[in-house]
Amino acid sequence: MSLAELICPAGTPAALRTAVDAGADAVYCGFQDATNARNFPGLNFTPDELAEAVAYAHARGTKVLLALNTYPPAGKVDLWRQAADTGARLGVDAFIVADMGVADYIARTYPGIRLHLSVQAAASSPEAIRYYCENFGVKRVVLPRILTIPEIRQIRREIPCEIETFIFGNHGLMVEGRCSLTNYLTGQSTNMDGVCSPASDVEYVRDADGSMSSQLAGFTIDRFGPEEKAGYPTICKGRYAAPHRPEGYYAFEEPVSLNLSRLLPDLIEAGVHAFKIEGRQRSKSYVRGVVRAFRAAVDDIKAGREANIADLIALTEGQKQTQGAFETKKWR
Amino acid sequence: MTPTSESKVRVRPGERAIARLACLAVQPLLTRVVRRVAAQHPSLFARLGPHQTTDFLIDPVELPFALHLRPDPQALVFRAVPRDTAPQAGATIRGRFLLLLELIDAEQDGDAAFFSRDLEVSGDTEAVVRLRNALDDMDGSLAEETSAMFGTPGRAVLARLRRAYTDATKPREYA
Repeated sequence: MSLAELICPAGTPAALRTAVDAGADAVYCGFQDATNARNFPGLNFTPDELAEAVAYAHARGTKVLLALNTYPPAGKVDLWRQAADTGARLGVDAFIVADMGVADYIARTYPGIRLHLSVQAAASSPEAIRYYCENFGVKRVVLPRILTIPEIRQIRREIPCEIETFIFGNHGLMVEGRCSLTNYLTGQSTNMDGVCSPASDVEYVRDADGSMSSQLAGFTIDRFGPEEKAGYPTICKGRYAAPHRPEGYYAFEEPVSLNLSRLLPDLIEAGVHAFKIEGRQRSKSYVRGVVRAFRAAVDDIKAGREANIADLIALTEGQKQTQGAFETKKWR
Repeated sequence: MTPTSESKVRVRPGERAIARLACLAVQPLLTRVVRRVAAQHPSLFARLGPHQTTDFLIDPVELPFALHLRPDPQALVFRAVPRDTAPQAGATIRGRFLLLLELIDAEQDGDAAFFSRDLEVSGDTEAVVRLRNALDDMDGSLAEETSAMFGTPGRAVLARLRRAYTDATKPREYA
């Protein structure tokens, strides 16, 4: 059986302590800048906060993974290198990277620290993954959410590193690490600035009938009826009218969260080493609830018991959940 | 500061009087709470960044008044205001009182409350996100700390409020 480590999100020091106390095997987090893909206002860690967080986690046997998973603009790599230097000095257990230049710098400068390949690298074939392993010593790949379990099992046989898969949270997969939809409307880049639908460009407008419109950079991207569940204000999950669908429809994806709680045994059997919970932008309440639920489930499975998964539907986007491509490629 | 456009909601004379009396009654408590939070959680202000001087209107829908917050560490403002004279807010957060309290205390998730439409936000979304993240990084429970300021009676009131909120929301959560 694989280790089935539980990798949990932390957007703030308090959330990190919550994740550790709830049973995380490892916590992932980032600095308050463009070096990570959750560069949201008021979120993330200062170096001093990360130092305290590493001490807290390590004292309880939990690893800290530092996300440096955005792409530096050409010639502007200093911020990413400084972040790696700081992370190494503070004793993080691994770096999560997407960019080859960042991976190369860390591999050469800090060969003793593990490199994990972010989902933002979109490495979904054995050839691509092997390239990162052979050239940068990557020890683990976070797989894009576009593969079925049989495909994951086959990839596992053909690569020399561990596999991590998402099991819960936001399901905005598109072409991960390549999505430029936010850039198209706001001028800011998800992949280089770390901001998908920056809050400064988001506005919610309440109509007289109780409906609510989500707007990004002045463009309405969805409108929810008075009793309709809402989703994130991202373009990929917007509803659009088109000549063939004048009533409006979800052209790319839907407001829905991934929940693979029922597939955990199959993923373990397929050779997945680590399970990732998405949600650094979410609250301590979310972290506590989701980490506890999956901690209990993974422990039950490891002990040969049937997992009794807590109901997490209230925490899902649009209060809807899916097993996505892990169940079938026909999910959309 | 000018009255908000949201104050155009019609308020009956009797309601207006009740709102003003309620504001007077709760203001000493609000002043103590905000000073205590500022003293015990100074790191909160760093996460607010440029929105320390933003005017937030926190609107507990079932109470007769709203709350005006300007989280400026140099000149903290946290006061109860009748809705018809509420200031022009940079950002407005609206929901049931206990939901808002549980969001502050990390007993509820803000995104989930937004998805379910139990929580409404309007105005400057970045300000709201910063305030949410700043409050979520606070350890401890603001509700517990506040109720503890009034000893056993305070804790009893909080427990009663929580029971009332749980009873009121249970059917909707599991519908």
